[in-house]
Amino acid sequence: MLERSTLCGLGVCAGIAAGPVVRMGRPVALPAPRAVFDPHAELSAARQALKAVSADLADRAAGAAGPARDILDALSMVADDPLLAETVEQHIAGGADAAHALARALDGQAAVLREGGGYLAERAADLEDVRDRAVAVVLGAPMPGIPDPGHPFVLVADDLAPADTATLDPGRVLALVTVRGGPTSHTAILARSLGIPAVVAVSEALSIEDGTLISVDGSAGTVRVGVDPREAGGPRIRVRQPIEPGRTKDGYAIPLLLNIGSAQDIRSDAEGVGLLRTEFLFLGRDDVPSVDEQRAAYGQIFGAFSNKKVVIRTLDAGADKPLPFLGLPAEENPALGIRGLRTASMLPDVLEQQLAAIALAASDTEADVWVMAPMVATAQEAAGFAVRARRHGLAKVGVMVEIPSAALRARRILKHVDFLSIGTNDLGQYTMAADRQDGRLAELLDPWQPALLDLIAACARAGREAGKPVGVCGEAAADPLLAAALVGFGVSTLSMAAAAVPGVGAALAERTRAECEQLAEAVLAAGSPDEARFLALPHW
Amino acid sequence: MPQRTVVVGSTSGLHARPAALFVKAAAAQATPVRLRVGERPSVDTRSILAVLAQRVKQGTEVTLEAEGENADAALDALAGLLARNLDEEAEQHA
Repeated sequence: MLERSTLCGLGVCAGIAAGPVVRMGRPVALPAPRAVFDPHAELSAARQALKAVSADLADRAAGAAGPARDILDALSMVADDPLLAETVEQHIAGGADAAHALARALDGQAAVLREGGGYLAERAADLEDVRDRAVAVVLGAPMPGIPDPGHPFVLVADDLAPADTATLDPGRVLALVTVRGGPTSHTAILARSLGIPAVVAVSEALSIEDGTLISVDGSAGTVRVGVDPREAGGPRIRVRQPIEPGRTKDGYAIPLLLNIGSAQDIRSDAEGVGLLRTEFLFLGRDDVPSVDEQRAAYGQIFGAFSNKKVVIRTLDAGADKPLPFLGLPAEENPALGIRGLRTASMLPDVLEQQLAAIALAASDTEADVWVMAPMVATAQEAAGFAVRARRHGLAKVGVMVEIPSAALRARRILKHVDFLSIGTNDLGQYTMAADRQDGRLAELLDPWQPALLDLIAACARAGREAGKPVGVCGEAAADPLLAAALVGFGVSTLSMAAAAVPGVGAALAERTRAECEQLAEAVLAAGSPDEARFLALPHW
Repeated sequence: MPQRTVVVGSTSGLHARPAALFVKAAAAQATPVRLRVGERPSVDTRSILAVLAQRVKQGTEVTLEAEGENADAALDALAGLLARNLDEEAEQHA
């Protein structure tokens, strides 16, 4: 038992959280084989154990949804498998006791799946999970699984099994500490995608008693045992994680850029900025900021990214984000009204001044400044914007793809501009005719909607053909599972909030470029968001 | 022996959800049905482990075999299921 000490491990998700420990049952160690006098009793014990495991998993499946349900359902079928039952019977006939017969049968099946490689090899971990559960039942030990003590807790485990990751509730689990695991293990990716502070490779972790108050520091990789009760139960502190360059497992670079809305969001360790929103300068004002004022404000941000790319977007305001000086009347249907680049036809001077300020600020600094326009619907609009921007000496001019018409005509648009940046939130809204503000339509706005993925893939293809970069900013780029598929489509950069970068980076590092392409192909063939997401999960 | 030859219709082949649905349906039949892929020995369709290990992809031709008085009904039911694209249907019902 450990009291008041500090344990060291490997921090895989930054942040600090403190709370009472609840340990996940370590898989029961197999005792030494017993001499068997009554094979019938062993057989019946082994069969009952498999039945109990199957029933328990089926129950959990019934209470779960989406991919988690499928994983648990499939595991339940494995426990109930006739081939497995037959193998267990053979081992018992050969003189094994129930626990060893189960372990050998499941290990044997796991080995067969491992030989199959790829998808099947990943299933082998599921068989080990079923083995641990069945052996626990036979030995009268509690079945392993995520405990539910009825209050928030710090989960301490040997490692997490696929079925556990499907049922982990980030509302309950304050932090994760595991004995095994590494920076790109399943547990680490899950922790990052859920934003739960996590430390792996803490060898003594399971010797901390249940209920002990501990503090987990996912940045330092330390676990303090026996902290003050006042410290425990406090809010989870999210800490900045370092940003590292985006690479696939085989070293193919995918720059992970930031979406920023003001100088406050600057991170000097980032690879660059994929979306600099300029609304911050204009909001809450009655007049248009002068060229000088804009030049200074943009220059402050550009200056933080010397020799790095900064993609700045011209003013995206209008019916949906009203600004007094635009003087636009209220509209019935603002999302479909005068917004984004469309305001430029009514107020060309605002865009002219902004382009002038951007060009001046770019020449003041060493940043590699790219400029793009929001809400472009046609190739003519794109061409018009490109002419205006280039007149100011801006070398890299692109447009956002947020409207399905632009995605469908990406090839033609790329004849006029140097790059595309796909805004998946608006593109989703317009593709599915579903208001982004309406929570009831969340399912339609899922970034995994096949129609949205088709449009993204079409843009990426057009970019590859033209030899011009296509980036994604928006929620889709921040989803670690989807990011790999986007790379597989041929997307060249991903842009997201700083907090999402480590998770996406870890997910990309898990796959080679060829594997991303395979995933992309599978995801495009999927019939629904759930199916697509399911194909990307390292699971069933 | 009664048998049916079918081209597998599901996007993900006989993996994931379609495999699970197929094995469940096989277990519900009155008679055991075996699955043969190419020249490999046939396997019990009621075993998810055996079915997965066949690594059947969409578009693969497979043969179902059964004996006994309920054989034809069981074969028809399972062949019908294999021919459908269960991934797409799952999405329509979702």
